[in-house]
Amino acid sequence: MIRRVGFVLFLLILGVVPLASSYYVTLGSYIGLYSLVALGLVLLTGVAGLTSFGQAAFMGVAAYTTALLTVKLGWSPWLTLFVCLALTAAIAYLLGAITLRMGGHYLPLATIAWGISLYFLFGTIPALGGSTGISDLPSLRMFGLELKNEKLYFYLIWVLCLAVLWVSKNILDSREGRAIRAIKGGVSMVEAFGASGPRLKNIVFIHSALLSCLAGWLYAHMMRFVNPSPFGLNQGIEFLFMIVIGGPFSLWGAIVGAATITLLKTALQGILPKLIGQTGNFEIIVFGILIVLVLQWLRGGIWSLVERLLPPEPVRPVSDASPLSHRPQPARGDLLLKVDSVTKAYGGLLAVKKMSFEINAGEIVGLIGPNGAGKSTMFNLISGVLPVTGGAIHFGTEDITLLNSTRIARQRMSRTFQHVKLIPGMTALENVMIGAYLRTGEGLVSAGLRLNRRVEEQVRAEAAVQLRRVGLEESMFVPAGNLSLGKQRIVEIARALCADPVLLLLDEPAAGLRHKEKQELAALLSDLRREGLSVLIVEHDMEFLMNLVDRIVVMEFGEKLAEGLPREIRSNPAVLEAYLGGV
Amino acid sequence: MDLSTIMILTQDGITNGAIYLLIAVALILVFGVTRVILIPQGEFVSFGALTLAALQQGVAPGTVWLLLILAFLAALMDTFRLLSTQAARRVPAMLAGTLLPPLFIALLVKYCAPLHLSLGWQALLTMLIVAPMGPLLYRVAFRPVADATILVLLISAVAVHFALVGMGLLMFGAEGVRTPPFSSAQLPIWTLSISGQSICVFVASLAFIALLAWFFSKTLYGKALRAVAFNRNGARLVGISPQRAGAVSFTMAAAIGCLSGILIGPITTVYYDSGFLIGLKGFVGAIVGGLASFPVAAAGALLVGVLESFSSFWLSGYKDVIVFAAIIPILLWRSLVSVHYEEEE
Repeated sequence: MIRRVGFVLFLLILGVVPLASSYYVTLGSYIGLYSLVALGLVLLTGVAGLTSFGQAAFMGVAAYTTALLTVKLGWSPWLTLFVCLALTAAIAYLLGAITLRMGGHYLPLATIAWGISLYFLFGTIPALGGSTGISDLPSLRMFGLELKNEKLYFYLIWVLCLAVLWVSKNILDSREGRAIRAIKGGVSMVEAFGASGPRLKNIVFIHSALLSCLAGWLYAHMMRFVNPSPFGLNQGIEFLFMIVIGGPFSLWGAIVGAATITLLKTALQGILPKLIGQTGNFEIIVFGILIVLVLQWLRGGIWSLVERLLPPEPVRPVSDASPLSHRPQPARGDLLLKVDSVTKAYGGLLAVKKMSFEINAGEIVGLIGPNGAGKSTMFNLISGVLPVTGGAIHFGTEDITLLNSTRIARQRMSRTFQHVKLIPGMTALENVMIGAYLRTGEGLVSAGLRLNRRVEEQVRAEAAVQLRRVGLEESMFVPAGNLSLGKQRIVEIARALCADPVLLLLDEPAAGLRHKEKQELAALLSDLRREGLSVLIVEHDMEFLMNLVDRIVVMEFGEKLAEGLPREIRSNPAVLEAYLGGV
Repeated sequence: MDLSTIMILTQDGITNGAIYLLIAVALILVFGVTRVILIPQGEFVSFGALTLAALQQGVAPGTVWLLLILAFLAALMDTFRLLSTQAARRVPAMLAGTLLPPLFIALLVKYCAPLHLSLGWQALLTMLIVAPMGPLLYRVAFRPVADATILVLLISAVAVHFALVGMGLLMFGAEGVRTPPFSSAQLPIWTLSISGQSICVFVASLAFIALLAWFFSKTLYGKALRAVAFNRNGARLVGISPQRAGAVSFTMAAAIGCLSGILIGPITTVYYDSGFLIGLKGFVGAIVGGLASFPVAAAGALLVGVLESFSSFWLSGYKDVIVFAAIIPILLWRSLVSVHYEEEE
């Protein structure tokens, strides 16, 4: 309710600003333009954990492109918008493709360098008018109306800004959006569910670049002249400062930050030179100190303070939409996974040495061994997180030896992680929904325009079914970070089940569970086996395994030590030797 | 273009490249030890040149005030930190250690500035003013967020860069300076005459690199720094404080930046904001080395210098465009040759 009232109040303020003097209208238009850029940066920096200092340069690309095409070639501004967007997307794609495979800090460094080069280019190329730039751009025309009036332009900017806000919010609350929210700490989790990390990163970067492009195009036709100075690196840095101050983790933080920095800058530019007695952009001192302080004391920005005062967003119950349909399991007893003398070497060190074993459909196989035996490495080799050095792995009828984890996930192999990889700020339900990434195909456009509601409801219903099944119905709407470690492991299992797998890989699922919870987990896994699911399970708790699994594979020093029925393993002298140091 | 032009351009390029090399070394050092991408490295360069210029005019440079302000801020923040961790009895020692050396330096500068000492002494005084800013900046802006992600550290670094550039304008004004050369000799070698200043740059760079090599291979501090760069947690377990290592690396970065500023002052006119571009060119070199390899970065930095001097001859207007656009093929090359592992943050 308060959120609604706040939003209506915000709209009212926007509505009445144009009644004020033209000075405030222009200021408001600037804030709207900067908000557009900042919205892209929130997705890029606060949500996806990447960043760019080159957003001002993207604005410049758009502004100069439309200036050239409209002034020199006489094109219509609306036509140039598409040229600008295409050009920006191409540049962003190229920059992203080059840097996003490497560490996260290469993208910002590349954008610094490219921002500077572009700024100098704008000022040097004679056709772009040097430092005086290009003037006499046509104004926009809409419905036969020429938008020369700054008040109309103000409304245009803010309508677009609110539309972008709505679309961004919808995207975050969709299949691709959930995957994007998950890549901050590393991409191995989303890749295990079939999303491609580099692709997601590139999508967010291109999205943010396109918003800057839109802002640049609007800016050019608002000012009706362009010159290099608004597109320099310092402006790019100020955009980043906006979201740091406003709040990098929330879309509203973008608007708060754009308003704060713009108003503060205007105020400081009036006060500081008088105070100091010389002209210069001294506001950057204040900005610099302010950002250092915010990073130390208020990482969530101003919006996090507002959020503290607001009531939590109401929980939307799961609708009674039918869950997603399941695909058939292979016939019981068919060969499902064949690991054939697989080796993993790190230089001269053999972490896994000529391991061979098989899993048949409908079987639960336990993989045990002392610490450091290579069990988790084996897991990562099967699921494609690590490349295999030698040997072959077949899954169903496919050779998956050389496939990466994204491709292997498409073969319906699903896993949990030894170190829980849930997104702490997302509810358990949303976390589980990530598991269904490959089961629906809604893209960004349908998500942004909210055309995906029916499928979304189905995915929600499916995730709810899986959570109910693992016994966590009451924790559905709790942020995953607030659950106990044991429950988090169970949420991971629900997420893996949500992918509708034929083979489930569980990495120490019982660690941190109480006795009764372990019994419930064992019962759940037995149920799943009855339904035809196959499971490979790494575990230390022998009691838990002995009564559950069909067969056990024992590893030691990267090699297979023994394989057999649980009771055979229990009395195997070599295994006892390895575990107890001889009897 | 004849041979002698090529020789002159190469000489210019390598002279500038030697300075970028120094900066690249500092950047890799700081990144390895603290994970901070030190965008404000360039400000140490401009502060070095501008401080020396002020001393030559016989006035106390504004950087002394900056040093005192930073020391005061660091003392204030550490007092709060110590009081909140019930370590109040360590406050006096901390205050003395933080405030007294900068005060002493300030008094020394106030006394020495009007004396018009020889260039060597002035350079030393400049180092005394600028180098301690490194560890103080680390304490004020980076140590409190030392465990944050690389991204947060980077944004903090950019914010510090903003603040320092603004302070530079405040302290030194918008006019540029050019300091007198350390040597005005011209050594005729074959068809080429090599300027004494170039030789000074080479000798100083080489000497500093040798000093660093000795420091890292022979001294306990140097080995500790390498240990932190290699594995932060492992180093902590064997009793090396990452904080202290961070402060040491920042001291060295500031000293290197200041030295670069002193060396570059006679070659080019330095303004309050010139350091940024100089620092970024060091960055291009450091990125060639993947922010990790000193020798590859050194080669990269020299290459940047040569590329810059040749492009300023052919297409002077596009000099900086070419140098910074070169980062795109460099990154492409790096992304093709390097192996990528998932970063867990």
